[in-house]
Amino acid sequence: MPRKLPSKDVVIVGLGWAGSIMAQELTEAGLEVVAIERGPWRDAATEFASNYVQDELRYGVRRELDLRPEQATFTFRNKMSEMALPIRDWGAFMPANGVGGGGVTWNGATWRFLPSDFTLKTHLVQRYGAGFLPKDITISDWGVTYDELEPFYDRFEYLCGASGAAGNLNGQILEGGNPFEGARSRPYPNPPMQQPFSQALFAKAAANLGYKPFPKPSGVMSQAYVNPLGVRLGPCAYCGFCESYGCGNQSKASPQTTILPVLIRKANFTARANSEATRINLDKSGKRAVSVTYIDASGEELEQPADLVILAADTLFNVQLLLLSGIGKPYDPIANEGVIGRNFTHKTTSDVLGFFDKARFNFNPFVGSGGAGMCIDEFNGDNFDHGPHGFVGGGVIGQMQSGAPPIRTNAVPPGAPRWGAQWKQALRDNYLSTVTPGLGVQGGFYAYRDIYLDLDPTYRDRLGRPLLRLTIDFHENELKQNKFLTDRFADIVKAMGAEKVVMQARKGPYDITKFQTNDLSGGAIMGDNPQSSAVNRYLQSWNAPNLFVMGASAFPQNAGYSPTATLAALAFWTAKAIREKYLQNPGALIHA
Amino acid sequence: MFISRRDLLASTGFLLGGLTARATTISGALPWRPNAGSPPEPAQPGPWLYLTLAEAAAVEALADRIIPPDSDTPGGKEAGCAVYIDRQLAGPYGRRAGFYLRPPFLPGGAQQGPQAETGPAQQYRAGLAALDRLCRSQRRGMPFVALPDAEKDEILAQMESGGDGAEAQAFFELILKDVREGFFADPIYGGNRNMVGWRMIGFPGARYDYRDWVGRHNENYPLPPVAIMGRSDWILR
Repeated sequence: MPRKLPSKDVVIVGLGWAGSIMAQELTEAGLEVVAIERGPWRDAATEFASNYVQDELRYGVRRELDLRPEQATFTFRNKMSEMALPIRDWGAFMPANGVGGGGVTWNGATWRFLPSDFTLKTHLVQRYGAGFLPKDITISDWGVTYDELEPFYDRFEYLCGASGAAGNLNGQILEGGNPFEGARSRPYPNPPMQQPFSQALFAKAAANLGYKPFPKPSGVMSQAYVNPLGVRLGPCAYCGFCESYGCGNQSKASPQTTILPVLIRKANFTARANSEATRINLDKSGKRAVSVTYIDASGEELEQPADLVILAADTLFNVQLLLLSGIGKPYDPIANEGVIGRNFTHKTTSDVLGFFDKARFNFNPFVGSGGAGMCIDEFNGDNFDHGPHGFVGGGVIGQMQSGAPPIRTNAVPPGAPRWGAQWKQALRDNYLSTVTPGLGVQGGFYAYRDIYLDLDPTYRDRLGRPLLRLTIDFHENELKQNKFLTDRFADIVKAMGAEKVVMQARKGPYDITKFQTNDLSGGAIMGDNPQSSAVNRYLQSWNAPNLFVMGASAFPQNAGYSPTATLAALAFWTAKAIREKYLQNPGALIHA
Repeated sequence: MFISRRDLLASTGFLLGGLTARATTISGALPWRPNAGSPPEPAQPGPWLYLTLAEAAAVEALADRIIPPDSDTPGGKEAGCAVYIDRQLAGPYGRRAGFYLRPPFLPGGAQQGPQAETGPAQQYRAGLAALDRLCRSQRRGMPFVALPDAEKDEILAQMESGGDGAEAQAFFELILKDVREGFFADPIYGGNRNMVGWRMIGFPGARYDYRDWVGRHNENYPLPPVAIMGRSDWILR
């Protein structure tokens, strides 16, 4: 029997972005909050010290800050007819671990999704007709609109000190920003980051081709900033060690550098690190969550009762905990029934490499920031007429010079050998004069009936629990989309003056060893009815109204951007609904 | 400030996920203690830790053909790639610490990722033994190290192309990856001696502040590389 702890008002599972925002907002409302975090406590200035964090082997290759598969992993297969095998080491994605979650190791991209992304199904059917969509696509509207979320995107951008150029300020299209973005109520709190050579060249070439390039919105500081909570962030030094590294310079927005210094001082907040939630317990009626069982580092099992349970453990772990806890009906792709595990998606990313004449071009690729980038949005979402192209969806395209640590920055022109004197010479000749955008095509990934999550029948974790099983493959729609976007990107790289261009369009089958981003979504999606969604528009469980499931697991399908700002905006949106509606009258906020 | 560690954990750490971790309750103030953090552990000089003398000689010879010396830059051997590999094999990398290693180990599609039961340490032992057998049987009874460069390259090309079978090919990919890593990882891990890999390509290393350089387009960065432990000319003589 687990040892039962004194009850709290709120228990939060996972102290990443969503968990930290919920903790901040709910402690402000006077509630007593405890957060249970699987990984260790991490302090930015000491753990990511600037005198040793620039270590590619340790953080970039061995990925010390990420979760260890030994502690929790998944099984994977492309098709329902295949046997899933365990992911023994990370490849296609790398789950975060510890306080701050993915907010520690991210690149800081603070994209807002497009207004049409939130009403996707309605929008596409209206514009193209239902017959234009792939047969087995299961996309849906979110149940929340861009306009409803706008104030919360704004909250997140000011929390983070996001830098960028507004493209649409209250409906007025502004030069230099993204003309396709939804209307924003305020400019970014900080000006765009500085542009290294490759990005300036990209912008010039894109503009010459008739596109409207704009700086990537960035949660990495373009200048010193004090956020609304009074927490100070410092200007980015463009050190070139960003994604998969922590920032000890307080320059990359993370829960550590924006919320936790304030949150942790509150008498009504407690964090428990190195503590892994294993189950959300329901009462006898099955309609109320009563507690969270977790196991601490000693192996002791504890039970934390609470009136309100916030599940914020990241997409896959949210879904796994719901399935292991028997909350919601598991999705069955054959019957097309059930909700937990459906509409699982990832991204469709690709790259274009540009090899330039070394006598004329030196990009100093090691200078960079995860937040830096120049992008175009002409081919994202439904920003262009898909009629002639035979697919739906799209993505942002951009040149993002985020640094060039040399173990993994090793592109040589086509035809060069992979070892020996000629390889050595090719590397020497090309390191400084090659543009390697770092997944410059960030394509979306729509939902399909046969892409889903469930529990694996064979493999188990160290606690004896079934692993979560990923069944995922690319559909023709996404591969067509990626080919189209990669070609458009290559046109720009050629126009930049590259002598040789290598297009690395994404090919099927989906490969668990090839990195795609950490932007997994779906599995516990939001929607307007309990037959096809796990949570309502406030991310409240249809089954247990005192359970809220945060994060990208709620996205009905993925868009052509990084998800962080959207999942953070949803957290602020949910927190407001809890504070202003739920607490007055605890129960279902939507009656289906 | 109030940091309580659970009583039962007070005296010892507990193994979880391959790391020593303690359940920690944090409230009231940010936990802070002097000299916190976890700087890297430098590879120590001295004898081989994992490889036998013969294996080490073979790895050095392999490293020197994968990255041959030339007039500007030393090869893989002089750069310390074999030392790097030896220290890595003796450490967590060699035994795949942190990987999911529960059975069953079943063959799958390449897109499902490696499913081997053994890790790099065992792969090196077996791969180097197979290479030795191959050389002695096909190359006049000589070990790899004793062959002329052209013959060494023939053997490597044969391994790369799969001509010696899937296991030799997998071993080639492993050693190719590890030699490159050793050549470009921070010198603290035993390779990239005197930052020769970084000097070769123009990577300034573990520098920190490029604010003055972001906006200077198409100019050559003038400063020499620096490593996590500094640079030899920082040492007072």
